[in-house]
Amino acid sequence: MSRARLSAPGGRGACAAVGLPYAWLGLFFFLPCLFVLKISFAEQLLAQPPYSPLFAPTANGGVALALHLDSWRYLIEDGLYLRAYLGSIEMAFVTTAICLLLGYPMAYAIVRAPRAWRTPLLLAVVLPFWTSFLLRVYAWIGLLNQHGLINDTLLALGIIDAPLRLLHTPFAVYLGLVYAYLPFMVLPLYVTLEKQDPALIEAATDLGCRPLRAFFAITVPLSLPGIVAGSALVFIPVIGEFVIPDLLGGPNTLMIGKVLWDEFFGNRAWPVASAIAIAMLTLVVLTLFLRRWLARRIAPTP
Amino acid sequence: MTAGAALVRLTHVSKAYRGHIAVDDVSLEVAKGEIFCLLGASGCGKTTLLRLIAGFEDADAGSILIAGTDMTGVPPYRRPVNLMFQSYALFPHMTVAANVAFGLQQERLPRSEITLRVGAMLELVHLSEFARRKPHQLSGGQRQRVALARALVKRPTLLLLDEPLAALDRKLRQATQFELVKLQRELGVTFVIVTHDQEEAMTLANRIGVMQAGRIVQVGSPQTIYEQPVNRFVADFVGTANLFAGRIVDTDSDRALLDCADLGITIELRQTCKLARGETATLMLRPEQITLAAPASAAAPNTVSGILAATAYVGDAWIHEVALASGCLVKVTMPNAQRRDPGIAIPGSAVALSWDPGSGVLVDA
Repeated sequence: MSRARLSAPGGRGACAAVGLPYAWLGLFFFLPCLFVLKISFAEQLLAQPPYSPLFAPTANGGVALALHLDSWRYLIEDGLYLRAYLGSIEMAFVTTAICLLLGYPMAYAIVRAPRAWRTPLLLAVVLPFWTSFLLRVYAWIGLLNQHGLINDTLLALGIIDAPLRLLHTPFAVYLGLVYAYLPFMVLPLYVTLEKQDPALIEAATDLGCRPLRAFFAITVPLSLPGIVAGSALVFIPVIGEFVIPDLLGGPNTLMIGKVLWDEFFGNRAWPVASAIAIAMLTLVVLTLFLRRWLARRIAPTP
Repeated sequence: MTAGAALVRLTHVSKAYRGHIAVDDVSLEVAKGEIFCLLGASGCGKTTLLRLIAGFEDADAGSILIAGTDMTGVPPYRRPVNLMFQSYALFPHMTVAANVAFGLQQERLPRSEITLRVGAMLELVHLSEFARRKPHQLSGGQRQRVALARALVKRPTLLLLDEPLAALDRKLRQATQFELVKLQRELGVTFVIVTHDQEEAMTLANRIGVMQAGRIVQVGSPQTIYEQPVNRFVADFVGTANLFAGRIVDTDSDRALLDCADLGITIELRQTCKLARGETATLMLRPEQITLAAPASAAAPNTVSGILAATAYVGDAWIHEVALASGCLVKVTMPNAQRRDPGIAIPGSAVALSWDPGSGVLVDA
């Protein structure tokens, strides 16, 4: 945002309209981030708050800056954190891939459905949002339990002899993640696919291209902005996801969000938890930059 | 036009969408090498007819033969036909060269041949220096030529063009019309063009098929369509027409007398008349066939008097509207050939209209 544009016609009202979200972000996002960054350079103490202050008054009336790099060293030296980090990336990556594979046909089918059907189908995609997220995750516990609906049904039908272990497995975590984040993939894909001129596919077929080839030569490249947007909307929150792996995953599900929680609430190790948070934030910001770079490379045409 | 056998033969083709009949029992032949225009108002089924030939729609009844082969059940990607879309439908993520090459890549031609043919085609449509541009970096006229090049590079025996010039502005459209005809001659491709613009159809076509409500009502050369329209609709749709209802009072071998209530006189026509005495008929007079003059003292044949209601100057002509005693408004065009001052052209003045007995035409109601 350049200065010239801020002072453009519209004057103060426009300035306030632009400035307010920035002020909001600064106050409630950037400032807290700075606090967290500060804590990550502190020493863990058994006190209230449980970390050492960054600036301490010295005897001669000056101020001493006490930078402790212990948390960061700990983060790098203990393999647990790196594994959790990579585990989160893997989980986010796999979830994004599954969401894309499921979401693309869904979005495509909605776009191709008769006009009267589209709104009900889109509504069905966002319908789960009408209930609390936590409630829906608990519902999955009820379904996946040792004596949950799925096991009971399969037992009653005689398909299995003993209940399957579904809950507290990686499968359950992926199921929960894909279930929760699929709409975030479907909606951006729907938007880009819906904008596409159906005449383009007709033109491709007219030029001798078979329908399946036309799909990969025309439809998919033109929906890249939607693919990138949807992937970012799934990948970024899954990186920091805590509730689903905690409730549906087993004790050995290693995700950065879960480790963060354990350090913060279990060990009361605020500095280490802050360092993890900053590391995670960096990953998210890097993903955002990658998304922007990709979006610019595929330069959607006006 | 008489160059070859029929390249396209439609026999009793019909197509309905949810009860709405878009194409109604159309039979049509297009000869090899000709430019055939389907002319009609929007919603008359002309685009549907084009899509049926291209293979995007299946006919409910009838058959479509292209180069002697029945096209029933043949998908668009296997038809020897290319369609130039009204929206051009250029692939926005591909360069001009890639757009033009796309069709050839589907034929799995060697890369060197594709490059050669794309280069030659871009040369032909004067787009060589734009080969690396994306469609959104081109002007409307350039995009139109890319769409044309993309369809023609496949060397189709038949090219279908859906409103090829509609998106261009007037000046560019006129220049492109002649360009299009030149290109068609050079390549020897048969064109079937859909248009709602009668001027475009007249300029481009060897033959015109006028469509109304899913049917082809008249097929003929531009001259035939304009000078001998079969019915009121064609007369009115192609050019401007003055139409007067009347009743045949006498017929001869090459002459007819029409008692015309709208004009208030009995008029003489020099044309063979299929109608019998006593039948109702409609007389068509083109505005340029009528002469406007000061009221004559002696009543001459084929002369009516009226009051000049309105006058418009359009540069190359004067357009007058004359009100008759019957309430009819008659349009008269006077070419501005001599730049003379039409001294009588003061609205409100009494005028006399006259025309040659050979110029009126009887059309079906």
